[in-house]
Amino acid sequence: MDARQIMTADEIRRAIVRVSHEIVERQAGTEGLVLVGIQRRGVPLAARLAAAIEEHEGAGLPVGALDITFYRDDLSLVAQQPIVKGTDIPVDLNDRTVILVDDVLYTGRTIRAAMDALVDFGRPRAIRLAVLVDRGHRELPIRADHVGKNVPTSRDELVKVHLGETDGEDAVQIERREGRA
Amino acid sequence: MSAREVSAPAAQAGSSAPAVEAGWTHKHLLDVDVLSAADIGLVMKTTDAMKEVLGRPITKVPALRGRNVTIIFYEASTRTRVSFEVAAKNLSADVVNIAASASSVSKGESLVDTIRTIEALGAHMIVMRHGTSGAPYLAAEVFSGSVLNGGDGWHAHPSQALLDLYTMRAHLGDMRGRKVVILGDVLHSRVARSNVWTLTAMGADLWICGPTPILRGFDAWAARWANRRGPSGHRAFTVTSDVAAALADADVVMALRLQRERMDAGLLPSLREYAARFGLTRERLAGAKPDALVMHPGPMNEGVEIAADVAVLDRSVITEQVANGVAVRMALLYLLSGIHGGWHPEGGIGG
Repeated sequence: MDARQIMTADEIRRAIVRVSHEIVERQAGTEGLVLVGIQRRGVPLAARLAAAIEEHEGAGLPVGALDITFYRDDLSLVAQQPIVKGTDIPVDLNDRTVILVDDVLYTGRTIRAAMDALVDFGRPRAIRLAVLVDRGHRELPIRADHVGKNVPTSRDELVKVHLGETDGEDAVQIERREGRA
Repeated sequence: MSAREVSAPAAQAGSSAPAVEAGWTHKHLLDVDVLSAADIGLVMKTTDAMKEVLGRPITKVPALRGRNVTIIFYEASTRTRVSFEVAAKNLSADVVNIAASASSVSKGESLVDTIRTIEALGAHMIVMRHGTSGAPYLAAEVFSGSVLNGGDGWHAHPSQALLDLYTMRAHLGDMRGRKVVILGDVLHSRVARSNVWTLTAMGADLWICGPTPILRGFDAWAARWANRRGPSGHRAFTVTSDVAAALADADVVMALRLQRERMDAGLLPSLREYAARFGLTRERLAGAKPDALVMHPGPMNEGVEIAADVAVLDRSVITEQVANGVAVRMALLYLLSGIHGGWHPEGGIGG
């Protein structure tokens, strides 16, 4: 298995800073913004984006965590139910602009589930999507508003995002899936 | 599963990702005796997530969409039956309720035939209460889906024991070394039997207390465990009819209903004597820790096993038990709904 590094810790840091500026620019400020990270690596990414925005705008934004397990479209197919990691939406989402944050955008199914989950909490003014890596191969009509890095991949490759908070280091790697034809 | 999961923890085996927790492996929930401490921990953690769902503006998630949960109770019940029904509906399952007294059971249909009929009508999961100990095990043999025991005879009441544990942990955290007293009619109590398994699994200092004739069986059980026989290994609990010794410095006191409908003649002289010697009163509770939790699985005979003024103390968590029951049953339905063949997910749906 040959893992190839596609983002270093520095590149991840710069991508987060750039995306944090894009989010504020798109919103023309920070009014009404809330960041919601998708479990599991979207959560530390959302916190990092909030910290970057606080640094250059001086505004502390609410940060939430969203577990999309109960909204998966494959729950009726699984033999063993996935372990739930927990949801925490700290503010009323009505009339706010929600920035959904995830590490990798691939099929789009996680984001579909996340949007279904979010609207159970209220009616946001808008939902936008920020991801660290967009690797293509969408199966649903979904796109990201803010992308750290676009990475062309094939379906038999794995994109692995490692973050200090969850994995002890910052890096994005790509590798060929083993044991698959 | 094909090239789907990308960022999920399980897809990272062999990388620096933390070890993936073990998932749920039980098809049925017939008793809690088969649950490991890790299984119980997973139920508790999943219940936390369900509590969060219950706090939302919309308390419903689509996790069990398209699943049929059939609830059949051969014995009277309010809280357990309604709690399972609310739990299943909160998960978007289709719920069918069968009152055994108003079904073909009253025409003499056998349990096996009833279960086969329920299966033919499309049930994926059955929640069942039966007056005969072991009846859900028979149901599990003939039913192709999952059976959840909602209470069978004197034997087991797994969802009650798990909601009791959840309620205790919410207040006390780690149960290791915590003194928990189960006081009352343990002989006829499936709640007591299931609580013995969960509380000893979590390392609580469990005391079983009641009149001597009612403790029969429990002292033999405790002695067997004390001699390290049976499946328990290191588990232990204490059996006594000395109320003061049991309640001394207790962290939790759980009073059990005196089951008059199951009481053999001659076990107790009278209700009044029972209340005088074993009822949970303020005076007796004074021996426990000042903030000791007061619990009761319901329905209560106020003035018999628990004094009315004790049931409404600030530290009484009896209504909290009922509320937690919905979240625990949501967790159980969710966890059990996965075991029906098919592929194992390697993690998130990826992307």
